[in-house]
Order: sequence, then structure tokens, then C-alpha cells
Amino acid sequence: MKSLRLGTPFLLLLPAIVVLLATVALPLALSFYSSLTPFKLTRPETLWVFVGARNYVNAFTDPVFWAAFGRTVLLLTVALNLEMLLGLGLALLMERVTRGQRLLRTLMMFPMMFSPILVGFQFKFMFNDNVGLINNALQSLGITDAAIPWLINGTLAFIAIVTAEVWSSTPVFAILILAGLLAMPREPIEAAKVDGCTPWQSFRYVTWPFIMPFAYIAMTIRSLDVGRAYDIVKIMTDGGPARRTELIWTLVARTAYSDARMGAANAMAYASIALSIVFTVYFFRKLAAARTQIAAEW
Amino acid sequence: MATVELERLVKRYGPIEAVRAIDLTIADGEFVALVGPSGCGKSTTLRMIAGLEEISSGAVRIGGEVVNDLPPRSRNISMVFQSYALYPHMSVRENLGFSLKVAKRPQAEIDRRVAEASDILHLNELLDRRPSQLSGGQRQRVAMGRAIVRKPEVFLFDEPLSNLDAKLRTQMRTEIKLLHARVPSTVVYVTHDQVEAMTLADRIVIMRDGLIEQVGTPDEVFRRPATRFVGAFIGSPTMNIVDADIVDGRIVFPNGDWLPVPDRFVGARLGNRCGLGIRPDDVYPTGHGLPSAAGSQVVEREAIVSVIEPLGNETLVFASYGGHDWVARMLNPSPLEPGRPIAMSFDLAKAHLFSTDHGRAIEPTGG
Ligand SMILES: Nc1ncnc2c1ncn2[C@@H]1O[C@H](COP(=O)(O)OP(=O)(O)OP(=O)(O)O)[C@@H](O)[C@H]1O
Ligand SMILES: [Mg+2]
Repeated sequence: MKSLRLGTPFLLLLPAIVVLLATVALPLALSFYSSLTPFKLTRPETLWVFVGARNYVNAFTDPVFWAAFGRTVLLLTVALNLEMLLGLGLALLMERVTRGQRLLRTLMMFPMMFSPILVGFQFKFMFNDNVGLINNALQSLGITDAAIPWLINGTLAFIAIVTAEVWSSTPVFAILILAGLLAMPREPIEAAKVDGCTPWQSFRYVTWPFIMPFAYIAMTIRSLDVGRAYDIVKIMTDGGPARRTELIWTLVARTAYSDARMGAANAMAYASIALSIVFTVYFFRKLAAARTQIAAEW
Repeated sequence: MATVELERLVKRYGPIEAVRAIDLTIADGEFVALVGPSGCGKSTTLRMIAGLEEISSGAVRIGGEVVNDLPPRSRNISMVFQSYALYPHMSVRENLGFSLKVAKRPQAEIDRRVAEASDILHLNELLDRRPSQLSGGQRQRVAMGRAIVRKPEVFLFDEPLSNLDAKLRTQMRTEIKLLHARVPSTVVYVTHDQVEAMTLADRIVIMRDGLIEQVGTPDEVFRRPATRFVGAFIGSPTMNIVDADIVDGRIVFPNGDWLPVPDRFVGARLGNRCGLGIRPDDVYPTGHGLPSAAGSQVVEREAIVSVIEPLGNETLVFASYGGHDWVARMLNPSPLEPGRPIAMSFDLAKAHLFSTDHGRAIEPTGG
């Protein structure tokens, strides 16, 4: 009788458990296991050779991996900060708009409606050193007469990629911060005005603490996004020239599918996931602290 | 301290005129209460003085200087908001000291002035709490403290006690009164609680539909309401006001019952119709009113009791005469029964007459 009682709920949950095992747990276990083997797609039998942590040791001693890792962190830092600043600016301007705010909000979301692949293509074209819009404009305006090798020079290519990222994703910050601005109570701001605050002081001491949680939510979302950045870079530079814009995931993809070294690629991927987890935990901590600060009820 | 002057002050929201060309002069150190029904423009007026609302036309002067174009921070005012508007992310101490911090005062001075304010308002144990950890009354005190720490020229209060329960409200009312005695300052105090206005203010401004109906001391607005609206608005329970015809020196009610025109109005230009106003204190079951002072003109009539509301120390009696249910305040209660006739005394010396055309009070000729 007792075993039957325990059994019924289990039986009812069984389909869900099976699906979860098959789609999540199994691939996860398998990929983790394969990161402990020299598995190559071209030689399936290598899946059964256990090499322990060798792939991890190899990755962590490989300057190419560390360069990609460092560049990913740099891209995260630069892109997130720029997007934050621009998004904040946009949101503050948008909040002032009294007429047609809905329309403008929709317009503002435009960049997010395009596939990153297409954004990549568009920016690749714009930054092209011969036919690109940017060089054309710079030359017509007489700012430079040489063709700037945007996607060829490593640093310039990185700037181009940051530009594309920022263009396509600033709306995430703008819209979330705007939500924060619209949700915040008016009275503390009025109180601040009466208390003698300049507009900058009202922003710094009152508005900002209120919208901080929203900024951290945007940060979390975008850190996961940029942490897995692949498509825009793949299209614009393919990690080149000569691996000078290689990010973790372009490196992982290259290792996995071009070099067919699945085991090694999985090891790097786990390192990248660890990075994302670190960022997420960090931003969630900040978010929780910011929420407590303003005694948020949500 | 400073004077506050409003001159032909107007606030328009699109086609709506929320404040319609009001004039008001508030003296240095005066405590003025703005009262009126909901939506009459009290908050709007206050917010224009504060600089939180743009002025459509007219002028606001503080200390003789036109401040229309000055931002709130340059007006040297403090405001206590109805919903307190404390900074939720700051401790009580930080809330109190915030205005001094942004003014870049030295820390020692900030500490001293915060300590001063928290002494006055009994906030010492609460200084390290956040607003969310305070009760309504405590938040109220913090809001008040934040205002006094600034030592402004003018205090603006927007219904500061309306969120408190009755007991706390009475207590805070006393504290505000003490505070004003202790920290001399010009105060504009918005409320729709007339008891607050009567007890606190030097002068009361009664507003209606964006216009000022009357400005006067609590005694003046109670004893000599300038309009029918003020008569009905000030005083609790509300003044009895009944429209009646004037025929041959009589005030004749629709059903034929009548009262004589009060002596002090004999010879006044009454027209042939007016509103007769008598406060519940001045109509009472015979023998159960206030002792008649000299100069009263008591007329007795038979009325039918309809409702009795005992309030403990007194009883409100609703009795019908002339087709109207008169509210009467009965002291030293005696048993009454609804439906039974009683003798009612009307003290006509205290009666008011209002024009039925424009609602203004009719000037008495004597008495
Ligand atoms: N932003 C606004 N847009 C349009 N009309 C407004 C606006 N703010 C206030 N009003 C109108 O102005 C009038 C006066 O409002 P106000 O807030 O001054 O009233 P109040 O006397 O303070 O009332 P209460 O006692 O309810 O607080 C009201 O009729 C209100 O509807
Ligand atoms: Mg109001």
C-alpha cells in the first residue's frame, strides 16, 4: 500500500523526468564526459579513451585560449559599459518626451528586431575599407584620405565589433532603464528639488538608486548575451585576421567543427560557462543589494 | 521668515483652470491654512509656491522678490508632502541631513542640526532606521524634521496629517503648534480637515473651484462667513441653511411655516428670497441649549423629532420644521422619541442670511 502511494506521484512525473533526462541531463553528462577524452568527430573510437583533465590543462596552458578568453572579458566590459551609458542617456531623453513616446519607444527597439547575423553583414559592409560607408564618409568629409583598414587591423576590428554589438543591444538597457524611470515614484524627486538639489544632484542621489536594479537586470541579460557572442563576430571577422578578434565561442566552434576536436572544444566551453556563471552571480548580488537599498517591493 | 504674496495667480491645465487668479498676502511668521473641498486647487497653489508647478500667469513673491522663474532650490522653502516622500534608500539620519549635504555644509554642522531636529521631534532612537521600518506617525515626524533642518524662510505643508489615524492626528497637531511657537516661520498649511485649520492657523483661506471664497481668522470665518459656501464648509455639524421667501418681515418656508426676519437684518436689502443659516449650536430643544447670552433673540417653534444621534457628551437632534430637518445640538440630554413634537428654540441673533443669487452673506444692519 505504502509503496503504491509513493509510486503514483512518481509514475505521473515519469514522462517529465524522462524528457528532462534525455534533453538536459544526458547531453550535459555526455559533453562533460567527452571533455575528459580526446574525442575527435572524425575518429569516433576516441570517445572511449579517457584522458582525465588533459583537455583542460591544454586549454589553460594555451595562449590562444587565454587571448580569446581575455578578449571576451574585454568585449563584455567595454560593450556593457558603453551600452549602459548610452542606454541610460536614451532612457532619460525618452522619459522627457511628452508626445509620441509610444512610437519612439517602438522605434528605439528597432535594432533588436534584426537577426545578429544580418547586423554582422550590415556592419561588415559599412566597415569595409574600400566600399564601406564609414570610410566613404570619413574621406568625403576630408577627415582622412587613406582608407582605414577597419576589419584588418586587430584593434580597429575589435572597435568595429563593439560598435555593432552596441548598436544592436543598447535598446535592452534603454528599455529596462526607462521602465525603471517610469515606475519610480515622483515624490522623492520633488522632495529632492525642494531640498535644494540641482538636477545633477537629484539624479545622482535619488533617481540613480531607483533605476540601479533595472540597470543590473539589463547587465545580467547582456553579460550572458555577450558571454556567448558568436554570430556578429563570425560574420564580420570570423575571429580574424589571424585570430586577432577570436572570442571564446568562435574558438570553441573552430576547435569543434573545423578541427573536429570535440573533447577539447567541450573543455573550453565549460570554461566559458564558468565565466558566465561568475558574471551572473556578481550582477545578481549587485541587484539584490540595490533592491534592498530602495526597499523595493518587487 | 519671509512674506509670501500671490498676485493674480493662475494655473491652467489645458482648458481647465485649476487656480483662477487668486490674490493672497501672507505676513512674515504667519500660519495660514488653505482649506476647501477636494479638487479646489489647494495643492496646485502650494506647488506653485514651491516651484514644482509652472505658473500659468500672475506672480508669486517670497520676501518681496518675484520667484516665478526660480527653481525650487533657490526659493528657500521646505515642503512636507502628503505621502511624506522620504528617500527610501537613506536612513532617517541621512534623510534629515540630505538638504545640508547637497548644500555642502560641513559635517559637524550637519550633525548638529540633525541632532537638534531629532531632539525636537523625538527621533533619536530612530536615526539609523530606514523609512520602511517606521510607522506612519514616525515617517510623518521624519518628513517634518527634514523640513525644519533646512531652516527655510517658508514652510509648505500639503495635508501632512491626512494619512494618520485620528488619535495620532490630534497628537501631531499639537506638536505642529508647539513647533511653530518654537521655530518662528511663515507657514502655508493645506488641509481639508477644518479642525486642523481652526486650531493651527492664524488665518484661514477657504478655496472653492480655484477661487478664494474668504480669508480670515478662525473666529471671523466661523462667526461671519462671507458666503453660503463658507458657512456650510466651516463648522461641524454643518450649518443649517434653508431657502425661504421673504414676505412682510417674515421668512416663510415652502410649507407656510415661518420665522421672523432677525432683528439685526431689519431694514437690510433682503430681496424676496434668501437662504437662512443657523448653526446647530443656535437651534436646540428648548431648555437644552447653551445658556442664552445677552443679545440673543430666541424664537420658539414646535418641531417633529426625526432622528437622534447621541455622541456621549452631547446629542444631535434632527427635527423637522418648515419642511426642513434642522440639526440641533442638545446639551444635558433628555429622552426624546422620534415622531414626537418638541419645542425648539431658534436663536435668530446668530442667524445668517445669504443671497440666493450669488451666495454672498447679506450685511446685517445692526445688532
Ligand atoms: N496634472 C494635471 N492635469 C490636469 N488637471 C489637473 C492636474 N493636476 C491637478 N489637476 C486639476 O486641478 C484641480 C485642482 O487640483 P489640486 O490637486 O490642487 O486639488 P486639491 O485642492 O489639492 O484637492 P485634494 O484635497 O483632493 O488634494 C483639480 O480639479 C484637478 O483635477
Ligand atoms: Mg491636494
